[in-house]
Amino acid sequence: MAPPVAGAARPRGRGGYWLYLVPSLVLFLAIIVVPFLMNVATSFTRWSGVGTPTWIGLDNYTKLFKDARFWASFEHNVALIIAMAVVPTIIGLVLAAALFDYIAKRFGGRTASALRAAFYLPQVLPVAVAGVVWGWMLHPSYGAVNEIFGIKVNWLGDPDIALATVMAIMVWFQLGYPVVIFMAGLQRVDPSLYEAAEIDGASWWRRFWHITIPQIRPEIFVVLLTCTIAALKVFGPIFVLTRGGPGSSTMVPSYFSYLNFFEKVNVGYGSAIATVLALIIVVVTFLFLRVQMGGQGRDQESDS
Amino acid sequence: MNADRTFRQPGRWAVLAALVVLAVVMLFPFVIVTLNAFKSPAEYSSNGPLSLPHGFYLDGIIAFWDRVDFGLKLWNSLLISGVVAVAAVVLSVLNAYALGIGKVRGRLWILVLFLVANTLPQESLVYPLYYLSKEVGLYDSKLAVILIFTVIQAAFGTYLLSSVLGQFPRGILEAAEIDGASRWRMLWGIVVPISRPTLSVLLIFFFIWTWNEFFLPMVFLISNDNQTVPVALGVLQGEKMMDATMSSASALLGIVPAVAFFLIFQRTLTRGVTVGAIK
Repeated sequence: MAPPVAGAARPRGRGGYWLYLVPSLVLFLAIIVVPFLMNVATSFTRWSGVGTPTWIGLDNYTKLFKDARFWASFEHNVALIIAMAVVPTIIGLVLAAALFDYIAKRFGGRTASALRAAFYLPQVLPVAVAGVVWGWMLHPSYGAVNEIFGIKVNWLGDPDIALATVMAIMVWFQLGYPVVIFMAGLQRVDPSLYEAAEIDGASWWRRFWHITIPQIRPEIFVVLLTCTIAALKVFGPIFVLTRGGPGSSTMVPSYFSYLNFFEKVNVGYGSAIATVLALIIVVVTFLFLRVQMGGQGRDQESDS
Repeated sequence: MNADRTFRQPGRWAVLAALVVLAVVMLFPFVIVTLNAFKSPAEYSSNGPLSLPHGFYLDGIIAFWDRVDFGLKLWNSLLISGVVAVAAVVLSVLNAYALGIGKVRGRLWILVLFLVANTLPQESLVYPLYYLSKEVGLYDSKLAVILIFTVIQAAFGTYLLSSVLGQFPRGILEAAEIDGASRWRMLWGIVVPISRPTLSVLLIFFFIWTWNEFFLPMVFLISNDNQTVPVALGVLQGEKMMDATMSSASALLGIVPAVAFFLIFQRTLTRGVTVGAIK
């Protein structure tokens, strides 16, 4: 606007704003940066948590890449990404479109919001409490699910089905999140698009493919990525439901590192697992950020 | 047109029926937990999980409440989540003021740093934090958990609020500057009151996210006097001393506060749920 004035006033002005960052930067350094670097450093040592760590270079990492349990834990992570990101996104898309473009129009908005609230309710639980609920429902001796169907299935104790059971629980827990996000996204779609398509005689299915999905692509992207990160980090349900077992049939990296830190006191090895997990998550986040910033490119320019 | 209508009629009820069935499946665990929390163990074993309870049998809930001192757990959760929510909002505001309005040099990198901090898995911080907290005598204290989550939540809040304050109307601030207002007074007198709706959404999210946390509180809060609700329930899960109805009572006690917050904050949450999408 008025470059000379702004140019003269700003340099001195900008310096003062740094003071507002000081409290956070101090806490941030002590609680995030230093511990994270300590964790990386520890991953190059053998350490039981007491005494002096012994430097062993990359030994933990070479051991890690040969450890079948480590690879299995990442395979289970992929299964959980399917259960927590892919499946809820697909079902969530159909549900959100059905509620928005069908139920709301034929049965009224109240019916649609009541159904949405029902789908969302599991999401409000602390994930550990969701685990407590299902741990009770699926208990091998008195669980409600077995009682109702008159069967005797050890849902969480049978290594062949434990992972599938955890996956099903996570679909239940996660489903409401995409439904709510997608329905919010559909609010900003121009209604005349749907009206025009309806007048042209386009079926619900065609409107779903050609209007709904392209219009809320940003929301689909956000949901897929945030849920993928959540699936990579998953700890609470595994701890509460199975502790990674039976055997290591539901082992995930986060629980595997916890096990090494606090039960096997292999702190160096646990740190290596946690470092690899952090690296994977940061890479996924950066991919997310790059695409997100691509959309915001113009805003950034006008700032500088 | 008319033929089309009548042809469609059964179809539209089928869609509604399918969605209602799905909703019932989603709500089923809530219903079944509530039903059985009010039954005696004898009633559960003779009538099964689907029967309606004969009257209000409260012994299971009371026994579990007393055994874990649930009132204290509720208070711990409230205290930790409340302090974290307020402190993290204050820190987010200070940071966002410098980054979004002050536009300090290198702000993009600072934002990226905060965002990475927020997405780091807690497993990659837990052991050093555990070790350091023992060194400074904060292990097994609520303060340790409060400090850690204040920083984690503020990292996200800074990221979000900086972009909101980046679009703050400049004119108001320039006018105040001409009137001789200091930066500190402009922050608390102008920026904070005008951004109040966003700040209240952040406050609620921080509160609920902290309430729901499990991993770090479980590692740090080992004594019964300090545990939060999810930690107490999570570590007791599957204990042999718990019978069927006491277990469902414990699940119900975990569900009730979460659903209560949902109902209380519902309007703010549905408005702000897209905020959570970035997390």
